[in-house]
Parts: sequence; structure tokens; C-alpha cells
Amino acid sequence: MAFMFTVSPDFTPDHLSGWYIFNTWLQKQTGEGIHLEMYDDFNSQRQAIKDDKVDLIYANPFDAAMLVREKGFLPLVKADGTADEAIIAVNADNKVEDVAHLSPGVKVAYTDDPDVKMMGMIMLEPGDLDATNIVPVISDTYVLVAKHLLKGEADVGIFLAEAYDDLSSVIKKQLRILVRSQISVIHHALMIGPNLQHKREEIQQMLLNMNNEDKGQGVLKSLGFSGWGKVDDEEMEFMIDLMDTLVM
Amino acid sequence: MIYDMKPEDIIGEYKEVTLQLYRSIARKILYTEIETPYPDGKLIVSTTDPDGVITHVNQSFIDMSGYMEEELVGAPHSILRHPDMPPAAFKDLWDTVKKGEKWQGFVKNLRKDGGYYWVKATVIPNVRNGKVVGYTSVRRKPSRTKVEECIKLYPTLF
Repeated sequence: MAFMFTVSPDFTPDHLSGWYIFNTWLQKQTGEGIHLEMYDDFNSQRQAIKDDKVDLIYANPFDAAMLVREKGFLPLVKADGTADEAIIAVNADNKVEDVAHLSPGVKVAYTDDPDVKMMGMIMLEPGDLDATNIVPVISDTYVLVAKHLLKGEADVGIFLAEAYDDLSSVIKKQLRILVRSQISVIHHALMIGPNLQHKREEIQQMLLNMNNEDKGQGVLKSLGFSGWGKVDDEEMEFMIDLMDTLVM
Repeated sequence: MIYDMKPEDIIGEYKEVTLQLYRSIARKILYTEIETPYPDGKLIVSTTDPDGVITHVNQSFIDMSGYMEEELVGAPHSILRHPDMPPAAFKDLWDTVKKGEKWQGFVKNLRKDGGYYWVKATVIPNVRNGKVVGYTSVRRKPSRTKVEECIKLYPTLF
């Protein structure tokens, strides 16, 4: 029976093929049958986790807590030099200079990416804004968040910083950043479920060595990563504790 | 260890007071009316052992407190205690986290240079194998409205 691998639905679409290449590499290295299943949205992926279908996951920090505490997952690695950060942006024509000048009733566009939404909402707090007094404009993608701002259908947009930076320069010229988070310690992680944990050290070592071999380097490039860094149990626990302080 | 504040570290005109901290530590506090604004987009993070002794701080903590990392790690967290903070707030904090619950509140913190900064603080117990091994405290930028409310409320709680 093949193990099941999945990736948090907030991955950069440019790297979709990269995950398939990575999965092929992983199967060759481990000699295990691993099936990559990509979910379009967080709800369907969470249902698969709930049903114990997932054995390996590149998880967003929000889900990591549930995976460790409720499903017995353990961390393997994180992408070197990456952290999840969020951006609050407005239309360039908007007169608002500071989050503190926004008012209740403001229309906020965001995706269902849970950790980015959480970081964004934290950055709106200095303006006395919270889930009870904003008008949500739910968007399928960050490009649509940008479009809502450009068309005046939203006043404020919450972006994954990486996604904002990847927007075309034409779009970015018409937007303005109010706040960019600099949290540094919240990141995605590759995690391993109970059925595969007998292979944890072996897989972890393979991943850490990946950028030392030619084929591995090519696979990493297709994912947009320079290499993997080890995440030990305590580092993961620390990130989960930190996430707990932010979720209210 | 925690030391009395030294006049040579203070920037600006200061007042002097002796605070009675947790575990009967007395500390001479020198404080000014100079506020350092909370930086946009950052989180101040620290962890302590179960007795409130600092075990880890991040760069934002170092930058905002004005201390060096080696002065902070090993010191009680009350190194940040500002005389304008009512002791009742910290009693509530400890009572809450010792029950295993999350505490949240607005805190005026004292800098090494005698100035201050306001934060929205959240403290949670770190549970490992069913045992509390310490606490994580995360501060974020507070709303000015809430800070103004606290400036009015806190003096009434002494």
C-alpha cells in the first residue's frame, strides 16, 4: 500500500510540478510507494488528515499544531531561509498611511490561507479592527486579493509576503504596502505521520543531504528552495506555542 | 540576576523609585517619560523557566528593551517591570498561567534607558509530556485606544 503525501494548498502555483518531481525523487530514495495528492482547498485537505489518510505533509504552521498534538505527526525539515510573513496593502490611491487610521467597516480581502490571515488580522489590531468589525472579501487567490484592491471592491488586502512580491510590477505599482511582518520564526515544515515514523531519521538524513548531490539540487531548484534544514521536536513545539499565543 | 538601574544608562530626566518584585527582590528603578513606539509588523518573543527566569529572547525583545542578550538570559522577567504597572495585573497573569490557561493584557514595559513601550502581551504555559516546563510570552503592537484606556485604568488599581 502506498503512503500518501500532500502539500498545504497555499504553496506557490509556480512550483506545482516541483512537488511531483520531489515525490518521484523521494520514492526512488526511500524505495517506498508514495502517492502525491494535491488538494485545492484547506477544508478537503483537513478532512483527509482527519480520516488518517495522510502520512507525509508539507504543512503550514497553522495546521502543524493540530498535526502534532492531535495526529502524532513529527517534524522533519523546513526550507532553508524561508519564513511565512504577511503584508497589509492598500490601493496606491488610498489616503491611509497607517493601519491605525483605518476604521470599522473597512472591507478586507484575504484568502483562506489560515496563518497568513491570522498574521494579517494581528497587524490590523492597532487600528482596533478584528473579525467582528471588518467586512470580509474572501478571495480564492492572492492575485484576486490584488484585483479587489485595484477595482475598489476592498479597502485593504492581506497577502502572503512571497505572493505579494511575485505579483507583476504593473499590479504592484498600483498598490502600497502599509505593514510587512517581520516575525521570522513561523514557517512551513515537512512532517511525518505515525505510519511512516520508523523511517523518520532515514528520510530526514536524505533530505538534509539533498543539496550535496546533483539530482537533489535540481529537485530543490524545481521547488524554489536552496536546501532543507532540520526541525527538531522542541523547535516545532516552540512554534506551536507561539502560534497558540497568536490565535485568539 | 537583576541589578538596580544605573544613572549612566538613563536617557533624559528621570524619577527614582524602589519596586518590590516577585520573591521579595527590591530593585531601584530610574524611569523617564520617553516612549519608544512599538515597531510595525514585529513580534517580541521570550521564554522563561517556570520561575519566570528568562531562557530565550528574540532580536525584537533585545532591540525594544535596550538590554544585551547576555543581560537578559538568566534575569527574572520582572527586569521589564514598570512602576506604573499595577501589581494586580501581574498577580492575574501568574494566577492564570499557573492554571494552565492563556493570559492576555496590555503592559507598559520599562527599558534599560528608563523609557517605556506599550505592548499587547500574551503568555502561555509550555507543556511538555504533561508538565509545565516554562512560559512563552509574545507581544504585539497594541491599539492606541486600548493603551489610552489602560493609562486611565491602571492608576486606580494600586
